[in-house]
Amino acid sequence: MSDATPTPTATPERPQLPAQSPPVDPAETAVANNKAGSGGKLSWWRGDGGDGAKRNLGLIGVLAALIVVGAVTKPDLYGDPNWVWNNVLAILQLASVVGVVTVGMTFVIIGGGIDLSVGAIVALAGVWCTTVATQSYGAGGMIFAALAVGICVGLVNGVLISYGRLVPFIATLAMLVAARGLAASISNKQTQVSSSTFINDIAARKVIGIPILVYILGAVVLAGWVVLNRTTFGRRTIAVGGNPEAARLAGINVRRHTMLLYALSGLCCGIAAIMLTSQATSAQAAMANLYELDAIAAAIIGGTLLSGGRGTIVGSLLGVIIFATITNLFAINGLSIEAQNMVKGGIIVAAVLVQQFQFKSVTRLLARNRVTTAT
Amino acid sequence: MALPEDDPATASAEAVAEAPLVEAPADTVAGEVVLRLTDLVKTFPGVRALDGVQLEVRAGEVHCLLGQNGAGKSTLIKVLAGVHQPDSGQVEWRGEPATFANPQAAMKAGIATIYQELDLVEDLSVAENAFLGHEYRSFGFVRRGRMARHTRQILSRLGHGEIPPGRMVRSLPAAGKQIVSMARALSHEARLIIMDEPSAVLAHDEVGNLFRIIRELTAQGIAVIYISHRLEEIREIGDRVTVLKDGRTTAANLPARDTPTRDLVSRMTGRTIEYVFPDRPTDDSAGADLLQVQGLTRTGEFADVSLTVRAGEIVGIAGLVGSGRSELLETIYGARLPEAGTVQMDGKVLRPGVGAAVRAGMGMAPEERKSQALLLGEPIYRNVTLATFGRYARLGFTNAAKERAEADRIAETLELRPRDVDRPVRTLSGGNQQKVVVGRWLLGGTKLLLLDEPTRGVDVGARAELYQVIRALAAQGVGVLLVSSEVPEVLGLADRVLVMREGRVVREAAAGELDENTVLDLVMAGSLMEGAPA
Repeated sequence: MSDATPTPTATPERPQLPAQSPPVDPAETAVANNKAGSGGKLSWWRGDGGDGAKRNLGLIGVLAALIVVGAVTKPDLYGDPNWVWNNVLAILQLASVVGVVTVGMTFVIIGGGIDLSVGAIVALAGVWCTTVATQSYGAGGMIFAALAVGICVGLVNGVLISYGRLVPFIATLAMLVAARGLAASISNKQTQVSSSTFINDIAARKVIGIPILVYILGAVVLAGWVVLNRTTFGRRTIAVGGNPEAARLAGINVRRHTMLLYALSGLCCGIAAIMLTSQATSAQAAMANLYELDAIAAAIIGGTLLSGGRGTIVGSLLGVIIFATITNLFAINGLSIEAQNMVKGGIIVAAVLVQQFQFKSVTRLLARNRVTTAT
Repeated sequence: MALPEDDPATASAEAVAEAPLVEAPADTVAGEVVLRLTDLVKTFPGVRALDGVQLEVRAGEVHCLLGQNGAGKSTLIKVLAGVHQPDSGQVEWRGEPATFANPQAAMKAGIATIYQELDLVEDLSVAENAFLGHEYRSFGFVRRGRMARHTRQILSRLGHGEIPPGRMVRSLPAAGKQIVSMARALSHEARLIIMDEPSAVLAHDEVGNLFRIIRELTAQGIAVIYISHRLEEIREIGDRVTVLKDGRTTAANLPARDTPTRDLVSRMTGRTIEYVFPDRPTDDSAGADLLQVQGLTRTGEFADVSLTVRAGEIVGIAGLVGSGRSELLETIYGARLPEAGTVQMDGKVLRPGVGAAVRAGMGMAPEERKSQALLLGEPIYRNVTLATFGRYARLGFTNAAKERAEADRIAETLELRPRDVDRPVRTLSGGNQQKVVVGRWLLGGTKLLLLDEPTRGVDVGARAELYQVIRALAAQGVGVLLVSSEVPEVLGLADRVLVMREGRVVREAAAGELDENTVLDLVMAGSLMEGAPA
């Protein structure tokens, strides 16, 4: 408000309304954009939004600080460029499975929901795709089974929430319990070994020096970014999460979209199940334990608003990488996992506190400006 | 740098000069003055909600507050209840200057407020609600027995000893809940009880009971500030009336029983700001029937409503909040399911659901802009294209450049300020936010526009612009169905007017055949014949 442009004299002359939806040619479009003062900012990669990008810079700062801590505590290791490169790959590989799950989780949370069942879905999909019967169809059959199970379980969540009107927390909590139960009963509580070399190679192999798992993470993140920022699906997600009533009154099918969001989360879990099965060359009902907490925490420190409507894929990715870096840092220093969990908890709280503080100071500033303009 | 629409101060200044305060001789009531407000002012960002309110309330009287929507009644109540602090002016409480820093302070001083939406905790008992926040306790334990006894005492004082103090409030009917609210007021030893439209939630016979209780309270020396839109109630229960308009007292201490209705209404409406309405087309340019509504009914909201809107015609619905007008609009739009009746666009019955309505060419600007229409943190262009972004997309990929261009075109047409479509909608003034909502439906071939309170929270300058836009749309053949609680707006803008009261259409006429007083009289269920001088 404070930097409002000097307004032309507001003579209420009869405005010429446009004929409705005339054809617009690209040249006109460009001119209009420049006129609006937004032409300069119009670039293809822009989309995560100005303040979102700023938040991500903060996360990169945290990441840099963690690396500095690593370099200070283990100067001999960090002095070896070869080791550093391998360590970066190790961190990314560590982040890959949870990263894929987090992309789906980010969509669900931006859409105003929450999915507590992701870990359980990963386990169920992993167990399902490693049964003797499924393995008899070969690697293709296993991959299909994992993805199909993920999508179907996600759809069940989605139908319960959007058409059964269950609270997301309750529906997915129930699914968490039920899916793990089903996984345990299918596997008969046994570890099922994967005999498919194709599946097992995914985690073992590297292409041009980089593990395939990292490529998968990169592909899912890229796809997630494009879908969120460049497609109607992403736009609907933000609208549905930001103001469901406004979305509904604008003609968006809020229920169907909510359902699809959980199916998307399920799909990500299916992909993660293949990755995790490949890493362990086996699957069991207890796998991917507490992934829901890791994914939610990563999304939140990445700046995704738990109430929906705001969040970025890049932020979530950074959140996952930060957690993986902490784990890595504690491992190379030989510290216990208990201490590591305490630090993680502290980081979640600190991240949210910082975000709240930023938000409050911005709104206070706006309010002050408004009062000065009014008087 | 103030935008012109953020500055109502100029309008207020001239209004003060034009509207002299009327004060009737006030010997009708004997009690001592318990509350006196002098020149109370309260400003919110962009709005001067109270702009010099005078009020005098005596012990043992029922003092009625009258005023149209937006006159400042709610703000005044909240100042008295300690929710808001006045910017300037004096509050004198029982002879002493007073400030109520918070609701607890106001209650302690003896001012209790019964809000329209009762603020009870449904899953606590009657006694727990009555003593909420000031329970009897010893050593941290609530003394339930003592509380129950005292509650029973209060309830019988209110003539409702039959309500068990242990009963859950949820299980009580609306009238019973109101009794509990009053019991709470009395548990604070209130000397002044403010009632905000208490009869709105009550059936007819229950109102009689409410009045009996009010009389018993005033007989005990308690003062009551009574707010209602129903003139007949004010005549029945009120002692004196104070009228508010645009945040100012326009008449104080009028005798409630014998002030002619015409006087009251003119004090509520007598405008100091002339609205500029665009001219109606001289010829009958309206086209074929666009929207046909037949016998639409939703129990408790509206009943048996039939109406038509022709292409190029503006139809206005006048009615108070709670008359069912907003619900009617949402039902036509498919956002609520009707129990009976049909909605037809272009002669075809619409399937239920907003999606079908939008596909048939309807668009709606809902009543609550912020909660129902806007994504406040998102840029303007995304809000403008919220209903149409799919049409610019190819294979599911959005076309942000085209969306920006279209939004900018709309921004230019509607003179959006500032005209930067990348700004978050949050940063716009109310009038400009409304333009974004209306502008949404200028894209993509909307044939019928449903507008619910399009100028609420919009200042005078931006109003005139919105009126121009609406009329220009109609000139292009768009049908408009407009709901507003501001009667002059409906009369000035619409070609045809429907008056709604308590869920029914009570009058339909061309706008030229009605005047403000007639319509106000209809919506308030008073009767001109009764109060007018012979």
